[in-house]
Amino acid sequence: MRRWLKHWPWALLAVLLLVPATLVWLNVRDEDAIVDTPDIKGTAEQVARGEYLARAGDCMACHTARGGQPYAGGRGIDTPFGIVFAPNITPDKATGIGEWSPGHFWRALHNGRARDGRLLYPAFPYPNYTRVSREDADALYFYLKSLPPVQQKNQPHALRFPYDSQIALGVWRALFFRPRHFEADPARSAVWNRGAYLVQGLGHCNACHAARNVLGATSGPTDLGGGLIAAQNWYAPALTWSPGEGGVADWDAKDIVALLKHGVNGKAWVKGPMADVVLYSTQHLNDADLHAMAIYLKAPVREDDERRRQPAGEALLARGAKLYSTHCAKCHGDKGEGAPPAYPPLAGNRAVTMEPPANLVRMVLGGGFPPATAGNPRPYGMAPFAMVLSNDDISAVVTYVRTSWGNEGSMVSSFDVQRYREGSGP
Amino acid sequence: MGLDRVADPALRRLVLPCLLGAAASLAAAAPPVAEDTMAQRMQACTVGHGPSGRAATDGYYPRIAGKPAGYLYNQLLNFREGRRRYAPMTALIDTLSDDYLREIAGYFASLDLPYAMQQPPSAPPEMLRRGEALVMHGDAARQLPACVQCHGPQLTGVAPWIPGLLGLPADYLNGQLGAWKVGIRRAQAPDCMAQVVQRMPEQDIAAVARWLAAQPIPANYKPAAALTQPLPLPCGVVGGALR
Repeated sequence: MRRWLKHWPWALLAVLLLVPATLVWLNVRDEDAIVDTPDIKGTAEQVARGEYLARAGDCMACHTARGGQPYAGGRGIDTPFGIVFAPNITPDKATGIGEWSPGHFWRALHNGRARDGRLLYPAFPYPNYTRVSREDADALYFYLKSLPPVQQKNQPHALRFPYDSQIALGVWRALFFRPRHFEADPARSAVWNRGAYLVQGLGHCNACHAARNVLGATSGPTDLGGGLIAAQNWYAPALTWSPGEGGVADWDAKDIVALLKHGVNGKAWVKGPMADVVLYSTQHLNDADLHAMAIYLKAPVREDDERRRQPAGEALLARGAKLYSTHCAKCHGDKGEGAPPAYPPLAGNRAVTMEPPANLVRMVLGGGFPPATAGNPRPYGMAPFAMVLSNDDISAVVTYVRTSWGNEGSMVSSFDVQRYREGSGP
Repeated sequence: MGLDRVADPALRRLVLPCLLGAAASLAAAAPPVAEDTMAQRMQACTVGHGPSGRAATDGYYPRIAGKPAGYLYNQLLNFREGRRRYAPMTALIDTLSDDYLREIAGYFASLDLPYAMQQPPSAPPEMLRRGEALVMHGDAARQLPACVQCHGPQLTGVAPWIPGLLGLPADYLNGQLGAWKVGIRRAQAPDCMAQVVQRMPEQDIAAVARWLAAQPIPANYKPAAALTQPLPLPCGVVGGALR
């Protein structure tokens, strides 16, 4: 023991060298050598396929600023760690990806590293895109390279210390990211596997539909257990296991397809960030792919959690009932029956009773329309009540709706309403 | 108020139950029906902009009924694309298509509804005189065109792109001109209105807003059919396709 202690400076040195070396290794493992050049051209089929895949990946949602040029970047993604600005991915040589080769693009998607070697922030969902095949990555690349180049400099991220450092990002990646290929499950059908590939990979559904830990990591692309979207205060419901949330196990596949294609079906509307997803991504997918996603999402149901219940006072319910008949009943009916698909029913509607009540409160505050899709081009709208009803009023009316006509939701307090008033985003 | 002035029969069906409070409670027992009309689809707009878009009572949200279609369409695009910033409005129409926004604009433009009584002016006479002079004559020394040069001699606007300036709350007018001055409201380039507002000090903006808000509405308040003289500045909002 004594003898070992004598060598402590050497041991310290070894540790000092070993830790960074391990960190670097963990960040560059499984990378392919880049042997190709940026002047490779894709075939017309590859470009067309890439355009379709860019829709499936909803690349535009982040890489196009409000009112900006398509794919020229500049949109800020609000995260708990600061704002990440999506870069220009048009083929401009100076400010876009004009100098990138297919190998660079593959490394960004599969390994999360940029052409210049920088580690990329996982706001770019490469923990999902890592499962995209090389063939599809190349098609996406050739499509983006076929776009008109837009000269627009990238805006630096506005992240707080220490999240703004590459070392911190390297540690995050060492802990939470490992590149991997999509592996088909031979016990399942080809359709199920196609759905799994789309949902886990380009669709990056769990970027919203899963909980994130304090460092913003999910437990992986197969986790669709539901999560509150940071900074936006919309709740993306659990998709695979909870019949009380967004689980679709007991839905017909065609109803799932209709919701992803048109933004409405007889049971539901999409709203909030999901309205954007339908508008820019899923309505453009073909029926076979939407059907595959539906089959994958219809996974076996697990037991529902016991929801927290807090009895609502009678005075609150009476106030809620009065407000309901004044402001809501005209469209949603005295018994919450609605007039679907224009006005969704509120009785038996799990978006109404879900825990947390974020989406119901955001809907009452902001109102709005489901997306205008090819299948539902002239949607009916709901008025925003943020400027008309107080927090106490909204607490009363949503509590009434959550506990009437057989609904068994919990009480929503004025404090909850105030919290969701502070959400950003559509 | 004569219901016969409500041209759209579907709209009449909507307005009637509101007037007959007793009938409303009887009708509510029946299940709701989503009529296949624009009036029904546009219920989302009535909380802020008032019944049929005739402006709400709080004095901030503007009337949209009867404004020129091209102007309304441009504003919807501006909200969606970030040239105008009012988050609740952007969130409301964010996922709608160009075609639907054009139809919405056309629908509200087509509504021919009476205007509410104007509030009496609440500004010192000196301020109102200054406002009137700027609206009618501009200020040649500062190369400031008069409002009437673009917005029509009666300030009723010009179809389909230029809005009328009467019947709007002073707070709204003040807010919009101020937003233009600091660059958070913009229009399609070249943004002539931004150039005009840059030539106006704050007290002039306030004077113009007060005077405009105090004017009575002419009996037949409709946008003029066409411009009668060239615009004093090039304006990106004029022209373009409007089916």
